[in-house]
Amino acid sequence: MMNTRTFAGGLHPPDLKTTGGAAIVTLPPPKKVVLPLSQHIGAPGKPLVAVGATVEKGQKLSEPGGFVSAPVHASIAGKVVALGNFMHPFGVASTAIVIEGSAEPEKPLSPVAVDGLSLPDDEIRKRIQEAGLVGMGGATFPTHVKLSPPAAKPIDSVILNGVECEPALTADHRLMLEEPDKIVTGLKLIMKVLKAKKGYIGIEANKPDAIRLLDEKVKGEENLAVIPLEVKYPQGGEKQLIAAVLGREVPSGGLPMDVGVVVQNVATAAAIHDAVFFQVPLIERVVTLAGSCVQKPGNYRVRLGTPVADFIAAAGGLKPDIPLAKVIMGGPMMGLALFDLNVPVIKGTSGLLCWSAQEASLREEKTCIRCGRCIEACPMHLLPQRLKSLVDKQKWADAGGLGILDCMECGCCAYTCPANLPLVQSFKLGKKVVLAERKREADAQKPKGN
Amino acid sequence: MSEKLLVTVGPHHHAPDTVARIMWEVTLALLPAFLVSLYVFGGRALVVTVCAVLGAVVGEALVQACFLKKPVTLADGSAVLTGVLLAFCVPAALPWWTAFIGGFAGIVFGKQVYGGLGQNIFNPAHIARAILLASWPVYMTTWLKPGVAAGLTGAVDGLTAATPLGLMKETLRNPDLMNTLQASGTTVLQYTFQTLDIGWSNLLVGTIGGSLGETGKIALLLGGIFLLVRNHISWHTPVTMMGTVFLGALMITRDPSLAFFHLFSGGLFLGAFFMATDMVTTPMTKTGHLLFGVGCGAITLLIRFKGGYPEGVCYSILIMNAFVPLIDKITVPHRFGEVLPVPQEVKA
Repeated sequence: MMNTRTFAGGLHPPDLKTTGGAAIVTLPPPKKVVLPLSQHIGAPGKPLVAVGATVEKGQKLSEPGGFVSAPVHASIAGKVVALGNFMHPFGVASTAIVIEGSAEPEKPLSPVAVDGLSLPDDEIRKRIQEAGLVGMGGATFPTHVKLSPPAAKPIDSVILNGVECEPALTADHRLMLEEPDKIVTGLKLIMKVLKAKKGYIGIEANKPDAIRLLDEKVKGEENLAVIPLEVKYPQGGEKQLIAAVLGREVPSGGLPMDVGVVVQNVATAAAIHDAVFFQVPLIERVVTLAGSCVQKPGNYRVRLGTPVADFIAAAGGLKPDIPLAKVIMGGPMMGLALFDLNVPVIKGTSGLLCWSAQEASLREEKTCIRCGRCIEACPMHLLPQRLKSLVDKQKWADAGGLGILDCMECGCCAYTCPANLPLVQSFKLGKKVVLAERKREADAQKPKGN
Repeated sequence: MSEKLLVTVGPHHHAPDTVARIMWEVTLALLPAFLVSLYVFGGRALVVTVCAVLGAVVGEALVQACFLKKPVTLADGSAVLTGVLLAFCVPAALPWWTAFIGGFAGIVFGKQVYGGLGQNIFNPAHIARAILLASWPVYMTTWLKPGVAAGLTGAVDGLTAATPLGLMKETLRNPDLMNTLQASGTTVLQYTFQTLDIGWSNLLVGTIGGSLGETGKIALLLGGIFLLVRNHISWHTPVTMMGTVFLGALMITRDPSLAFFHLFSGGLFLGAFFMATDMVTTPMTKTGHLLFGVGCGAITLLIRFKGGYPEGVCYSILIMNAFVPLIDKITVPHRFGEVLPVPQEVKA
């Protein structure tokens, strides 16, 4: 038995990980990509190219719309055929650049290799920002922002997130097995920039091969350690991971840097390596394709912007005999259900699940019997049942007081609820209204104060 | 893309338990104790249970279909469970119509008037028992003698026996008898066992006088373990409730055998595993469960040692039900990252 750590709360959904043994397959470049200018949290970028322009693979297509923003790069060489509103996986239309590939065979990127670890910190940050890196675990927060904490918040520890607690996903698992050196170097780069003394790689115990391999890679490095974690959802949540690895509690409404920690996904670390050593921009990522409708489930390296339908087709297509009922971008717990398969794979796409009607079956909502399972499961130690009734009664201030804004919508409560209450929906709504109410109150108080 | 895709908010899959599954599994967990009651009280156990369940089911269906004009939710098993639980805490000699009225009243006045499943404050089975005890006190305290199957409807005259707890209370209240016992060097416990011709094994197996489903302690324990394994109850309430009764009785009587007698007598096992763990009418957090269990145990002791009734499990749970909102209020868990404001250093 491994000596594992974990956090309080959470639960154990069935793991559904069937593709952990499937080596990453690199798909050929698609004929067409749709690249939304907003694939990150923060301001959308401004386009740098116009319709008709010929673009090279890796060419920067957009200027960041501010500090908390990230540029987007051409993931294939070709011609810009459209610039306008296209469906985004989030279910809204947003500005995107559409590139049609040229017929010529693709030229490889011409990376200029340097020893990234010997570069000055500012140069490392600049290369990361230029490469358009964002958190690839799904949150898509621009990486360079996390690497530029204010001087008042010294960072002592960096944690790489290799937890992959979402059921069914194995992209990070495969990356850890196939590119461990990049990941470890990425960690060192992050630690160098942040002047952090300790680096940890948190991996759940259901990936013993990844734990062993990375443990070997950091052997002899005093300031690096692989931390085996008990299997439990949602351990990949930043706050839960920090609690599990270091026993520190990020304050409510605060950020990891408030407790001296920065967390990055392992895939982001590998991309940081490529960006700093080779100045390679983020134009592709590993995506797990799974679900009973998929012909060849596995882990695929896909160009960003590839429409979901084209990705599925290139990866072997769907089974003809099982009708497709639900397509989820991400994992079964927090993933987004798609209604249109023309939306593209984006920087935060970790998985694509094609489910049959049986897998996607819905259950009827019943009444709450106060079983308390939601309270037990909530990793933020909130009272989901109480919060839902407050939202139902539109008691926004009370819901705010009970910490509804701490909810990260991990879905533990709704997963375990025997009455199948729409708890996450309630909290999504409640959080929006509580934030709006608070803003309104703050605005109302301003003129009085003056 | 022509196919229509299902779009919902996550989580996209779900734990297997449903409300109905929980209710039916709790009912299933009562099966061993029901088999014991059939062995001990014969056909009467079946009649009383069936009538109580029928009363509950009719009550639920009538209110939902005729008054509320809502879908009838008998399939969720909660009315059946209430009926079975009521049958388990009444005498097996109860007339069939009394059992039916009990089940009906429990559902109507104990559950539906509050708004149905999940809304009631008090355990509906115990509400029903309280109503029956107030309305037909003689029927509710006429205990069938174990082992003499009285047939399905048969007369019960001459086939009654005291419950061990009842006999002990009577004995303790009779100063003359107590003096005689003291003179002969017999303890109250020995006297109770001798008079009823029972021993410890009868207490555990269930071949004693008492409510229909409360006597088979081992069978109830089996059901309780099943519920624990299935995560439908937590250990907190049963352990603290029974622990409080045992330790309290030990402190009061300073006699371990009496403490064990109180642990294995009356409705403590039934109450601790099946009634004080009812999800709807008990606290929601584990800390709350601990407080609830201690409270139930303490009130049980108070009634058994100081009250007018020989047994206090039912009322202890009803009284503690009323404290649930308060317990829920004081056992709110510490929120992750909840920080009390720390005084900031002010620069001069």
